[in-house]
Amino acid sequence: MQRFALIAIPYAWLLALFLIPFVIVFKISLSDIALSIPPYTPTLDDGIGPFFAALDFENFAFLTSDDLYWRAYASSLRIAALSTIMTLIVGYPIAYAMARAPEEWRPTLMMLVILPFWTSFLIRVYAWMGILSQEGFLNQFLLGIGIVDQPLTILNTTTAVYIGIVYTYLPFMILPIFAALDRLDGSLIEAAEDLGCSRLQAFWLVTIPLSKNGIIAGSFLVFIPALGEFVIPSLLGGSETLMIGKVLWEEFFNNRDWPVASAVAVILLLILIIPIILFQRNQQRQAEDSA
Amino acid sequence: MTQTVFAPWDDPNEKPLIRFQNVTKRFGAFTAIDDLTLDIFEREFFALLGPSGCGKTTMMRMLAGFETPSAGTIELAGQDIAAVPPNKRAVNMMFQSYALFPHLSVYDNIAFGLRRDNMPKADLDARVAEMLKLTRLEKFARRKPHQISGGQRQRVALARSLAKAPKLLLLDEPLGALDAKLRQATQFELMDIQEKTGTTFVIVTHDQEEAMTVASRVAVMDEGRVMQVATPERIYEAPDSVYVADFIGDVNIVSGTARPAGDGMFHVSWADGAAPFAAASERVFSDGQACHLAIRPEKIAISEERPPGADNAVTGKVLDIAYLGNLSTYHVELPGGQIIKAQTANTRRISRRSFTWEDPVWVSWTATAGVLLDQ
Amino acid sequence: MMRLSWFNVTSLTLGFAFLYLPMVILIIYSFNESKLVTVWAGFSTKWYGELLRNEAFLDAAWVTIKVAVLSSTFATVLGTMAAYVLVRGGRFLGRTVFSGMIYAPLVMPEVITGLSLLLLFIGIGLDRGVITIVLAHTTFSMCYVSVVVSSRLMTFDRSLEEAALDLGCSSFDAFRLVTLPIIAPAVISGWLLAFTLSLDDLVIASFTAGPAATTLPIKIFSAVRLGVSPEINALSTIMIGIVTIGVISASLVSKRNSLRQQREEQAAARAA
Repeated sequence: MQRFALIAIPYAWLLALFLIPFVIVFKISLSDIALSIPPYTPTLDDGIGPFFAALDFENFAFLTSDDLYWRAYASSLRIAALSTIMTLIVGYPIAYAMARAPEEWRPTLMMLVILPFWTSFLIRVYAWMGILSQEGFLNQFLLGIGIVDQPLTILNTTTAVYIGIVYTYLPFMILPIFAALDRLDGSLIEAAEDLGCSRLQAFWLVTIPLSKNGIIAGSFLVFIPALGEFVIPSLLGGSETLMIGKVLWEEFFNNRDWPVASAVAVILLLILIIPIILFQRNQQRQAEDSA
Repeated sequence: MTQTVFAPWDDPNEKPLIRFQNVTKRFGAFTAIDDLTLDIFEREFFALLGPSGCGKTTMMRMLAGFETPSAGTIELAGQDIAAVPPNKRAVNMMFQSYALFPHLSVYDNIAFGLRRDNMPKADLDARVAEMLKLTRLEKFARRKPHQISGGQRQRVALARSLAKAPKLLLLDEPLGALDAKLRQATQFELMDIQEKTGTTFVIVTHDQEEAMTVASRVAVMDEGRVMQVATPERIYEAPDSVYVADFIGDVNIVSGTARPAGDGMFHVSWADGAAPFAAASERVFSDGQACHLAIRPEKIAISEERPPGADNAVTGKVLDIAYLGNLSTYHVELPGGQIIKAQTANTRRISRRSFTWEDPVWVSWTATAGVLLDQ
Repeated sequence: MMRLSWFNVTSLTLGFAFLYLPMVILIIYSFNESKLVTVWAGFSTKWYGELLRNEAFLDAAWVTIKVAVLSSTFATVLGTMAAYVLVRGGRFLGRTVFSGMIYAPLVMPEVITGLSLLLLFIGIGLDRGVITIVLAHTTFSMCYVSVVVSSRLMTFDRSLEEAALDLGCSSFDAFRLVTLPIIAPAVISGWLLAFTLSLDDLVIASFTAGPAATTLPIKIFSAVRLGVSPEINALSTIMIGIVTIGVISASLVSKRNSLRQQREEQAAARAA
């Protein structure tokens, strides 16, 4: 009895507030927009038969006909992929240096990486607005040392979005790579060098393969949320920055077209399923390896 | 046998405290306990001995109530305990890891079980004080488990499981985490406490020396079955299978065929053309029956000349010498390739070592030195 | 280990500069006298004063804290239960679905979670306000809590629970008296994580908040859409300060505890 309640309570909660809402999103994505409250049709008030009869894939057809959506999905994928690579390039040397740092520094370095994660996401994105704007800190600095003579336009461009994603998701990349490198036995590198590898070869042939799981985990942790990102493109991006999270938001709040917004969400979810499954599999393999 | 000897297992009128009856325990396709029947009597210090995976821990966990038998019954004082949950059993357990609650002091750890029974404060204080005294932990009552040494933790675990005065105390490898010196001292302490409290102890161990030292009876287990249950002395001197003889201590096993020679004597032919060995046996063998002669190395003498009047004597050459300090073991190869281990006590500090490698020697033993086994 | 190479020192310096400079600049400029956020006009705390007189911000802050306390508490209870089910529940019907529902919200884009919850609330006719935000936040933070708590439970020595049962505890008592006190640090960090997630959340709150209940992130977002403002800088500085003090003191406390434990263990081993 106790066991039943223990399982049933969180189970029921998640069913009601996580799974059922998705069913509703899916259902509404098959409905039509209507000038009523709620602003879509049909509803279950119409009766079961007519309700199912009125559902169709019209919204999905609409998404394929308007190239705005295609371009938004494609550009989200591109931005997420490129920024994941950039985060990896920035994050790997930091994680590597942390793992090579003296043992007693490491907890402090770890805390310094985690600290921004506890700080408000919104504030961290906002901090870049003041830096990247026309008269912002970066331009003042560049003008001051004479690298440029005209202020650069960075804020409200896709470049700013890349900077924002790399900045906010950097801890997600560093931590799993650091965890993998920290476990790496230092004598393996020494053995590789003893067997005739140069420093660089040892790094390429031993360190990189052994931190592969960390790299994969970190990349997914950046790629997956970046794909549906809303805050960064809407604060740092410009009108030419197309990201699907922002499109969904505008469809919902500005156009009040709930059926299309739902259809956008369903497709985004379908796109995400593959990386999510790959990520889960990587995590499982890692758990098995360490067990 | 005098009346003061504690041997309830020899008394047919004695009721056992614990009775395993045809108990089988399966985990999926794996059979951990296979149709096992066993009695354990009150006030016994009973040892379950066997290699890891032999099912001894499963038996203990069934007694504690953490596992239920797949078939068969377990009785405690005449009552089937299958339906009794662990928290309602008059059985307590001392865990291998000690499982001391790290957030509670030594005092609160010992009082934990008593508080579950809502024992009045004064009685509880008295009982905990008694337990602290019994285990010589009075000075450490206020400490947390991490603030005391390994040996002290072991005593806290013992005190905690004894505090509720259980009918039966289960000890899962209780000395496994201690170093060799401390382990010996603690073995005697355990026996002492068992005697003082009069509690029935069932100990699980893979350490044969430990089992032999502390136990009134030992059950040697293998692959879910009990191979032999007997006093430590009988287990050592009268094993009833090659497995038990080999598992406990060092032994020479000579395989051959038996031929009755009358008067409880048998001749064992062990190699073509070699004179058969003479062995006395209570177990009866038919002519030509396969048998194994098990002889402990310390019962085999080694000499330069054939000892006059020896029941069994063969020549061989010294292959290896293991000097163990108190003892030396000689590995002697017989002409057929059979190796016999013979042990001598080094009773003098400085002595001429009589034999060295490749020396031809005689090994000899009496007809009653060995045990003749059929399996 | 060996001394850090030049390359490693450079990566650490540049890396941490990149992580921390934007926040440092933001903090410095929150003390700027000028309304123009990029021109330094002398030290002043006047924007903090302005902030404290801004009723709308104070109201939103109050709503946010209320939501965060409620949702993180519910999330901790539900998440701990879920973790216990995942690690100790054994087999039961729909276990795969259950663990899927625990892990999925961690990687779900917030816009989707927000949209789906909003459609649910409208579907069942629940008025949007504090209650709906609390429900939404509880749902996604309980998953984070259960991940934190289940990783602690996995390393938990099961014989401690068995010892409690053996000494006469019911399974609920064993949890209350033994398991919970020992995993308490993980449960507390789960609560703190849920609390900060709730404080930070903009997207899900925007979907599920009604006009009557606006949280601080929603307020900040609508303000910063119009550009950088010194008041928001001041507010950000306060929030960064609270988090920094919280995280640093928590890690100092846990470091001191583990050091003390180590010392005491060594002392006990020597005394033996």
